[in-house]
Amino acid sequence: MNSALRPDLAAIAEMIPYGSRVLDVGCGDGALLEHLAATKNVDGRGLELSQQNVNACVARGLPVVQGDADTDLGEYPTGAFDVAILSQTIQATFAPRDVLGHLLRIGRRTVISLPNFGHWRVRLALLVNGRMPKTQALGYAWYDTPNIHLCTIADFVGLATEMGATIERSLSLDENGRTQPMHADAWGPNLLANGAIFLLRGEDAKSG
Amino acid sequence: MAETGNPQFLRPVTAADADIGQAMTFGPDKPLTLDCGKTLSPLTVAYMTYGNLNVDRSNTVLICHALTLDQFVASASPITGKPGWWEMMVGPGKPIDTDRFFVICANVVGGCMGTTGPADICPATGKPYGLDFPLVTIRDMVRAQAMLLDALGIEKVMCVTGGSMGGMQVLQWAADYPDRVVSAVPIACAARHSAQNIAFHEVGRQAIMADPDWKGGTYQLHGTQPGKGLAVARMAAHITYLSETALQRKFGRNLQNREHVSFGFGPDFQIESYLRHQGMTFVDRFDANSYLYITRAMDYFDLAAEHDGKLAEAFRGSKTRFCIISFTSDWLFPTVENKRVAHALNATAATVSFVEIQTDRGHDAFLLDEPEMFATVRGFLNSVAVKVGA
Repeated sequence: MNSALRPDLAAIAEMIPYGSRVLDVGCGDGALLEHLAATKNVDGRGLELSQQNVNACVARGLPVVQGDADTDLGEYPTGAFDVAILSQTIQATFAPRDVLGHLLRIGRRTVISLPNFGHWRVRLALLVNGRMPKTQALGYAWYDTPNIHLCTIADFVGLATEMGATIERSLSLDENGRTQPMHADAWGPNLLANGAIFLLRGEDAKSG
Repeated sequence: MAETGNPQFLRPVTAADADIGQAMTFGPDKPLTLDCGKTLSPLTVAYMTYGNLNVDRSNTVLICHALTLDQFVASASPITGKPGWWEMMVGPGKPIDTDRFFVICANVVGGCMGTTGPADICPATGKPYGLDFPLVTIRDMVRAQAMLLDALGIEKVMCVTGGSMGGMQVLQWAADYPDRVVSAVPIACAARHSAQNIAFHEVGRQAIMADPDWKGGTYQLHGTQPGKGLAVARMAAHITYLSETALQRKFGRNLQNREHVSFGFGPDFQIESYLRHQGMTFVDRFDANSYLYITRAMDYFDLAAEHDGKLAEAFRGSKTRFCIISFTSDWLFPTVENKRVAHALNATAATVSFVEIQTDRGHDAFLLDEPEMFATVRGFLNSVAVKVGA
């Protein structure tokens, strides 16, 4: 089970405290939640759009609600979870700012992973070809992509800062999903990283 | 769907007509105290069981039935001879696997399949209760089931499940007996009956009471039955169990055994013929007064109202694991109502899953072949069973 966990999910799992209450928004087939329950005694909940994925979670004994991050996060009480996770999903939401606001409100900590639209291949593809880039990480044509709100690492850091969130940890992701620590504000990862993972604390969340 | 001849409206349905399965009678020492303040005694609860109770008594699945259904979940109805109403869900190797689980389903209080209801004899008068039968609620139905489980020596149930009004009972069970309910699967239901749903029920009740054969609810004494009124009630209700898409797909504007419309009021359209058939066959298996009482119980259901309007309070501190299921085309108990329950449970940090099944078959989808529903229930029950060692 551990070996099957995607490297980026393993990096997220590493950030989750033992025995915490976790909400995984866009939890997919529940691989991360199951891993957290088994290895960290986490009391996890999921929110997932796809019926097939929800069924997979339910069959695994995971409590998952079929729903949409854009419309359903408002129903979750403030401070209900120790950690709210949003993995590779924010770029597919209609209102990323609202979604992030809810996550920072619901979780005392928020973990977000996202693809980096500032990667040099993306920049080069647009510069050289004059066409919307299709990359390994973002393999859709412009007209059918679910990724309607792509951003760069610098863009996201800007939004998080503007919303009063404190970035407690930042990791860059390479093309194989391997992570290494980075400075959120540095120009290097914004050019070289395929994606990033952030551990955030909301403005109102008490420290600790 | 074929047209039938004139139905025999004159035969009141009583439990004495048929083998009602097993039954437990509670005497004057164990009256059922009702929400309306009255007590019901003696009380008979008719029920069916499938599968075997394990040594730990940890494998019970309690099924709560819907408005016009009964305890014959997985075996033929003794009245209609038709297969059990949930045979696709319940049985050996089925999602609710009777090789593994001990399944119980009891006819609700106020019903007409063996459990005490308005068609039974009132001990005080020696005549059928009729409208002297006290108003019962969803909570009263649940209380009676709890009495039955007590009598059977079953403290905890591994799962309580049911659709529609059955789902209401599931929610009531979880709210009133959190320590007895390990898991709960409410399907296609709501924590309250909506104004629209009360409205449809009122149409049905008025149809029954407008039938001269109803005779103020004393039709049994007169050897009549308000069959026409009950049939109309069923026809109206039946529309709410389907969806516009399904009706259009199944019937469209197709004519019934004719080339042209008749320029009259006969059943020109297949949908008319179908509804008439539904109405006619219903009166052969259901008591009109029971229909009044049970629809009223659904109307009165508002779980939040028992907790100062806060639905979340109904489930505070609950350790029960929930799996809520709704259907996209159900307009009687739409997804939004089911989801309200999920959100309330989330707000209390309860363990809840919610699944919305894509289907165009409307509310009745919970009784039909819906593979995603079966997969959900199978997976969920299995995970619960593993956890409790059942």
